[in-house]
Amino acid sequence: MPTVRTVKLAWRVKRIALYLFVAALVSFTALPIVYMVSTAFKPLDELFLYPPRFFVQKPTLRNFFDLLTATDASIVPFTRYIFNSVFVSAAIVAGTLAICSLGAYVLSKYRLPGANALFAVIISALMFTPQVTQIPTYMVISGLGMLDTYWSLVLPKLAVAYNIFLMKQFIDQIPDALLEAAHIDGASEWRIFWRIVMPVCRPAWATLIIFSFIGNWNDYFTPLVFTTSESMKTLPLALQTLAGGPGVVARSGAVAAGTLLVTLPPILIFLAFQKMVIHTMAYSGIKS
Amino acid sequence: MQSGIHAAETSRQRTAPEPALPRPKRGTLQIKPRWKKLLTGYAFLSPFLVLFIVFTVVPVLDSIRLSFTYYNMLEPARFIGLANYRILFLDDDIFFKAIQNTFIFSLVTGPVSYMLSFLLAWIINQLRGKSLFAFAFYVPSITSSIALSVVWLYIFSGDRYGLLNHWLIDWGIVSEPVLWVDDAKTILPVVIVVSLWMSMGTGFLVFLAGLQNVPKELYEAGAIDGVGSKFQELWYITVPFMKPQMLFGAVNAIVASFGVFDIAVAMAGMPSPNYAGHTIISHLYDYAFIRFELGYASAIAVVLFVLTFGLGRIAMKLFSSKDE
Repeated sequence: MPTVRTVKLAWRVKRIALYLFVAALVSFTALPIVYMVSTAFKPLDELFLYPPRFFVQKPTLRNFFDLLTATDASIVPFTRYIFNSVFVSAAIVAGTLAICSLGAYVLSKYRLPGANALFAVIISALMFTPQVTQIPTYMVISGLGMLDTYWSLVLPKLAVAYNIFLMKQFIDQIPDALLEAAHIDGASEWRIFWRIVMPVCRPAWATLIIFSFIGNWNDYFTPLVFTTSESMKTLPLALQTLAGGPGVVARSGAVAAGTLLVTLPPILIFLAFQKMVIHTMAYSGIKS
Repeated sequence: MQSGIHAAETSRQRTAPEPALPRPKRGTLQIKPRWKKLLTGYAFLSPFLVLFIVFTVVPVLDSIRLSFTYYNMLEPARFIGLANYRILFLDDDIFFKAIQNTFIFSLVTGPVSYMLSFLLAWIINQLRGKSLFAFAFYVPSITSSIALSVVWLYIFSGDRYGLLNHWLIDWGIVSEPVLWVDDAKTILPVVIVVSLWMSMGTGFLVFLAGLQNVPKELYEAGAIDGVGSKFQELWYITVPFMKPQMLFGAVNAIVASFGVFDIAVAMAGMPSPNYAGHTIISHLYDYAFIRFELGYASAIAVVLFVLTFGLGRIAMKLFSSKDE
């Protein structure tokens, strides 16, 4: 007969097994990242060791110096790619945040004629990959004479269906009474948006900033299509050129350092905002 | 003026609190502020609207139009009816290969990543230290696939220096190094493994958040009604409650798996050996931005659009029909 004790024991054993299982999975998913970090600090002789070694023995910063200085000899210094990536990602994030929050506020609270139809279109736009529209977008950008400029990398990325969807779902939760109270106090529309709506949905725009930043920081397709000159390339493209595609072992150290440099910002940003993100994501279900 | 807006609002919103003071100047300005409010609304919405129309709505329609033409950007587009689609489906063996690859890829990564995301979210939601676990599972999805491909290419490197080959040879599983990313047979499986590794993304976070919002009382009520095991709880209480999140996750998984491109290119190159890593997007990119046959490429885009959109709609039907 199971006593309270044995039941408790069985429960505890199950629990520990579960933890072990999850921990094993975590170490599996973490493996490539740990390897990447470790490799970035490997001196040259350790990079080409046989048998290959997972962890670094004598860590060095040499690879980072190589990345920033040795590549100076090529046409464009590596710092230029870093600047491009930072600038483009930051511009998109700032732009899309402003545009999509304003739009979402109107869609959610103004009951404009046509707003429901627009929202239906936005929901539909969630359902296809952005590459589908790349050809006409390319023609528009080309027609505006913006090919190979920052504009081409930023402008098409501002009105993103997902972003306005996320903001609207969150703003829907704000009670109308709160906004009306502000009206009575004589606040202007702009002021209500800026002083009430935006502070209340801070978790939502924190999420938007993170997702938008990460997505655009890692974006490979857009710069591949819209940029032609070396000085306009962003980090993922530059890194691929540096690595030379599959099979090339040259500049392994610099590539390893570059890989770490490209991967780190998204991770750090997510780490900083994790709590807010999970809070916001609760609202991003699609109610049909 | 404000009181006018307020009046317009209260007529729709019964729950709004009544102002403590008598409203001054009511009536005289009632119509104009509503009109003005609409104008402000459209003004606030217009930046999004303009950009959304120019870069999303019009391009979709324009893709459809172009798909019926021959167009190379130099000469004006020439209408050729269904010729692009005919060639695409009947004569283009490489497109057939691309469709095949994309479908195999999607049929594996879509459902597997979806279920894995949900299952893992469900498991770690019951553990202590869940934010740490969540972070660990989520991080791969926010790394640049191009950057991480450097690491994966090392792991799957075709010589003895490759980590996986080294281990396999060490353990005596294989005697010769396997040419993981050079052999047409293993390219797609490798791309699938790497994608699965990266797939605990937005969907995973949405599930995790949704799970945290299932009211505790539901589980208590369920226990009284005779819900016994954890899995019954999952099926009868958690899943029905999380429908909106499940739908979002499904749409997300479909779109992501059919849009596969970066990883395939980074792992297998372009063109890949024997087109073993060729996807619909690779094909689109090839015809649009290398050969500049934009009409033909648009037909590819339209096929992809119809595919993801159709599947998204099906997902919506599936998740709403069970509702109530």
